[in-house]
Amino acid sequence: MIRVEGIHKSFGEVHAVRGLSFAAHDGKITGLLGPNGAGKSTTLRVLCTLLKPDRGTATIDGADVVTDGLSARRKIGSLPHGSGLYPRLTARENIAYYARLCGLDRDEIADRVEEIIKTLDIGDFADRRAKGFSHGQRTKTALGRALVHDPQNLILDEPTTGLDVMATRSLRELIAKLKAEGCCVLFSSHVMQEVAALCDDICIIAHGKIAIHDSVDGIRERTGREDLEEAFVKAIAMVEDE
Amino acid sequence: MRAFLVVFMKEIIDNLRDRRSLLTALLGMPIAFPVLFVVLISFQIERNIDSAEELIELPVIGAEHAPNLMRYLESRNIDIVAGPADGAAAAEAVQAGEQDVVLLIPGDFSEELADMIPATVELYLDQANTSGGADIGRVRDALFGYNQTLAGIRLSARGVNPMLLRPLNIDHIDVSTPSGRAAILLGMLSYFFLFALLMGGMYLAIDATAGERERGSLEPLLSLPVTRAHLIVGKIAATCVFMSTALALCLLSFFFSLQFMPFEQLGMTPNFSLIVAFAAFLLLCPFALVSAALMTLFASFTKSYKEAQTWLGVGVLIPTMPILFVSILQVQPRFEFMFIPPLSQHLILVDMISNEPVSILNIAISVVSTLALGAILTWVCVRLYHREALLG
Repeated sequence: MIRVEGIHKSFGEVHAVRGLSFAAHDGKITGLLGPNGAGKSTTLRVLCTLLKPDRGTATIDGADVVTDGLSARRKIGSLPHGSGLYPRLTARENIAYYARLCGLDRDEIADRVEEIIKTLDIGDFADRRAKGFSHGQRTKTALGRALVHDPQNLILDEPTTGLDVMATRSLRELIAKLKAEGCCVLFSSHVMQEVAALCDDICIIAHGKIAIHDSVDGIRERTGREDLEEAFVKAIAMVEDE
Repeated sequence: MRAFLVVFMKEIIDNLRDRRSLLTALLGMPIAFPVLFVVLISFQIERNIDSAEELIELPVIGAEHAPNLMRYLESRNIDIVAGPADGAAAAEAVQAGEQDVVLLIPGDFSEELADMIPATVELYLDQANTSGGADIGRVRDALFGYNQTLAGIRLSARGVNPMLLRPLNIDHIDVSTPSGRAAILLGMLSYFFLFALLMGGMYLAIDATAGERERGSLEPLLSLPVTRAHLIVGKIAATCVFMSTALALCLLSFFFSLQFMPFEQLGMTPNFSLIVAFAAFLLLCPFALVSAALMTLFASFTKSYKEAQTWLGVGVLIPTMPILFVSILQVQPRFEFMFIPPLSQHLILVDMISNEPVSILNIAISVVSTLALGAILTWVCVRLYHREALLG
């Protein structure tokens, strides 16, 4: 369960996030949808404790990201924008490195990594160095790395950007499976269709504020637009009018 | 396993796989430095021996006017060869660097000599020419010698004691011991060791900080339930290991290559036994912590791998500054210097190599002050890693 309450964040003159509040629940996929520069990545970085909000609070399963960063980080797995693998390590080693850093037991690590490799179906390239990986292979490995300590909450920053149809599909299946296991998945994107296909709840943000937070049908209803793209554009326009 | 050990192991393995950087850092420097050093010393030896004994050639214009002088010069191991056409040509040749020195004897030399007026000889030389200095000096000395000899003959012919012309007798007494002289030359060694150490860890320091940020792997790493202090300490420790390894290789290769150096010919007895090499390793190891932390600190400020490389290229000079200052200003070693790394290491090393007694207190101060500085720098790095700007 991820709860964000009235966070603000500025970088010099730029007021990137202005009083954002929302909650992402366990067993649900919440989509953070917004155009480029809306404040999605900043919000996710606050949740990963990489940035400190100027005002407001955020908690991960009750752990405050500012005052109790270590506990908060223990409860999240994060897939940042761009996979950030170590090119000279194999996929297996990349995953095992995070397992060790998260403090998994020595004997447990090999089994856990093997389990992840099976779940993600990356066995055929698990022992190759990450240097030559395709975009899809990199994303899957990075996701495996994020899941290795079995976090209750998963934060994905534009995970499907640049993936082909097959890779996108298998990623979606995985996310759906995690949801079924009771995970809280928070997922950012700037593609409405993508979010609509996967998410139970959608937060549309623009200019650092929440435009609408509702289900897909709810958004259609409140914007009065049947077409999702139209609805997205309308929602953003609503913020600008304020 | 503790998190910093995990980071440490990963950085070691990761960088061992970076073959090309590894070759430059661990093999390139330790091999290139001894070669450079041996060449430098051989050159030095050659020059010292040459200038004392070897026949030098002296172009002379108008040698036929002064046969006695020519014989005298030849007796001083100076070979007379035909010079350029005239004074102007000689000046040109010296200016162009074709000749170090040319002697011109005017046609009226023997007449002036017979008439007892000072007979002029012209010596063409370039004061700015440093490499020909030894040759010029020898020709000058020989001419003064001839001058003295002639004056002596003239005075004796008139029944005057030639000693009257020498109120002063200047004796040069060289008090530098052979080992002391060696120390000046071997003082360079500590530079080589320091550079090998610095270069050995530079790639890792950059890769683990600026490189990590550029690859985008820093963000997920910092999102893990690990404190940043653990990450930094692990990275600095790995850098230290690479630096110490490069240092050990450099010391070993120097130990072997110095076996082949003809130090006796220079009158030197440097002490670079295996024990001294090992002591030097232990003495310099604490400095690896200072260097690793300093490089990590530098690389944390930079925005990219390339920028870090540029900065560190200059940055590696900073640790050697204290040594340079003391050498250039020729400050006498003082007790307080033992608190300044790597100056303390340099001074102790020079003493060890030149067989001087080394005080245990100095070693203790050097080690403790260096480790303290390293700890402070590491702490600064940890503070820096808490900045948000770190992510770039």
